[in-house]
Amino acid sequence: MKNRFGFLWHIPLILLGVTFLLPLAFMLATALSRPGEAMQATDSFTAMLWPRSWQWENFAEVWRVVPFLRYYANSLFVAVVVTCGQVFTSACAAYAFSRLRWPGRDKLFLAYLATMMVPHSVTMLPNFVAMKILPEWLTAVLPGIDWLAMRYIGSGPDAIPIGRLVGLDSYFALIVPGMFSAYGTFLLRQFFLGLPKELDEAAKIDGCSYWQIFRLVIIPLALPGLATLTIFTFMGIWGSFLWPLVVTNQEFLRVLPVGLQAFQGQYGTEWHLMMAAALLMLLPIVGIFLAGQRFFVSGLTIGAVKG
Amino acid sequence: MSPKPPGQRQETRAALCFLLPNLIGFLLFTAWPVVASFALSLTSWDLLTPPRWAGLENYSNLLGFHRTVEGLRANDPDFWKYLGNTLFLMLVIPVNMAGSLALALALNRKMRFSYVYRVIFFLPSILAGVAIFYLWRWMYNPDFGLINAALATIGIEGPRWLTDPQWAKPALMAMSVWLGVGGGSMILYLAALQGVPTDLYEAAEIDGAGAWQKFRVITWPSVMPVTFFIFTMALIGGFQSGFDMAYIMTGGGPFGSTTTIGYYIYTKAYVLFEMGYASAVAYVLFVIVLAVTLVNWKRGGNQLQ
Repeated sequence: MKNRFGFLWHIPLILLGVTFLLPLAFMLATALSRPGEAMQATDSFTAMLWPRSWQWENFAEVWRVVPFLRYYANSLFVAVVVTCGQVFTSACAAYAFSRLRWPGRDKLFLAYLATMMVPHSVTMLPNFVAMKILPEWLTAVLPGIDWLAMRYIGSGPDAIPIGRLVGLDSYFALIVPGMFSAYGTFLLRQFFLGLPKELDEAAKIDGCSYWQIFRLVIIPLALPGLATLTIFTFMGIWGSFLWPLVVTNQEFLRVLPVGLQAFQGQYGTEWHLMMAAALLMLLPIVGIFLAGQRFFVSGLTIGAVKG
Repeated sequence: MSPKPPGQRQETRAALCFLLPNLIGFLLFTAWPVVASFALSLTSWDLLTPPRWAGLENYSNLLGFHRTVEGLRANDPDFWKYLGNTLFLMLVIPVNMAGSLALALALNRKMRFSYVYRVIFFLPSILAGVAIFYLWRWMYNPDFGLINAALATIGIEGPRWLTDPQWAKPALMAMSVWLGVGGGSMILYLAALQGVPTDLYEAAEIDGAGAWQKFRVITWPSVMPVTFFIFTMALIGGFQSGFDMAYIMTGGGPFGSTTTIGYYIYTKAYVLFEMGYASAVAYVLFVIVLAVTLVNWKRGGNQLQ
């Protein structure tokens, strides 16, 4: 009896699933509408969910009306460098915390764990102040270099501005503070602890150095863990808003979340372009999600079960 | 004293090398700032003129009360209002948790397309962020947005959502349900449900237990540790959250009705450049989060056993 009416179970789920997708349908319909069309009243609810016109041109327009390519490149560059840096530093530290024995190890790890509780805004304030005063401080210590100057790649009218070397309005500020993570260290330590201890012993007997054990034994076996951290970090940095907002003022240093504001024009928001741009920003996230689904589950559960 | 095994010194040195890159960053960007922001909170500093030592002045301005003819008044009524806003927005936590558990229960059975549903429910939490906040600002547009159009089809004239002081907070909370109900907590609940031994249910069925009894006696206690974990994490996150959402969708308004503690810190620090005061607010937030964690940790420790 249960099986015959099993399909009934799908009815509420389908309704709910469709409801969940409605906002995204509305997003796409708006992104494909002609300029001003989204701001014309319709009397029909369904007409808002299906594109009234198929203005694919909007997705090209986005790159023309604002320096969207620069925002995109900035976001990609920052996210890739931070992710590589964070995975590398976290993996190294996690190896020291999980596979090596040394005095004070567990105490230091506890200190790492404790800082995961500190609200972001607490650490962000001094970091902001540090970025603000860093160029002046470096000028006093190392006067040979002009730390305050805005830099360019190339010269003449085609020069590409890249901001300061350090401090506010620099890639340094966007990237370096994000490269170290107590959470990443914790996550990878949990993964490393799950690997049998005999592996290290065997490799040691074979004459491997610690670096070789790390590179040739631990890393290959912990690839799912590294993939999990890679995905989480990339997505976190890709979407991060407050820190880039406060440390950059120059348009050429904007990342996507900050750059989207450009579509809020003086005379109201151009919603068709805003939604097209937002969809372009979400595209890599959807791709990563679909490609790396199983890592999401492992990443979520490892924090819960063992934390 | 036991003799150190040979190679221990070498191992310690190797450990230090592996640790160093991370440790330097950890000390510079996390550990030191925790101390520095407390020091900042004891000063008055606008970043232009040299900082002035203020002692506990910021804290008394923030948390203190003074006597007026009408009675006791807070020195900083805004802070209490924004703390209230933060707590109000956190009322969505139990709603989301109940929803997550319901979804997990619905999906935790052998059926076709289970995977598709899971992806659909999970999707919003993956996309969450600035892009989605713009989408929902557009959804809540009173004249051309989807929400009021949907309400119009059933004959309701929708409010002006994000610009109406009464409706702005519920609007943000409704969005939070969409974002969070199928997210990480649903996945955690699903994992927990899959760990419940099926023979428990079979035994209960033989004893004639109904669906509700099975849930109350078997399912609920089994997922208790996960419930506890999700709740703690949501509380910790909840006290700190709300900035991105409010900045994009409401600008903290109307009339400060969606300004949270996180938003207040932003305004004080990066708009008004009152670094000392902002640090004091951040530290109060820190103490709140710490207290919540410790209380939960103590109580949870008993619960898990």
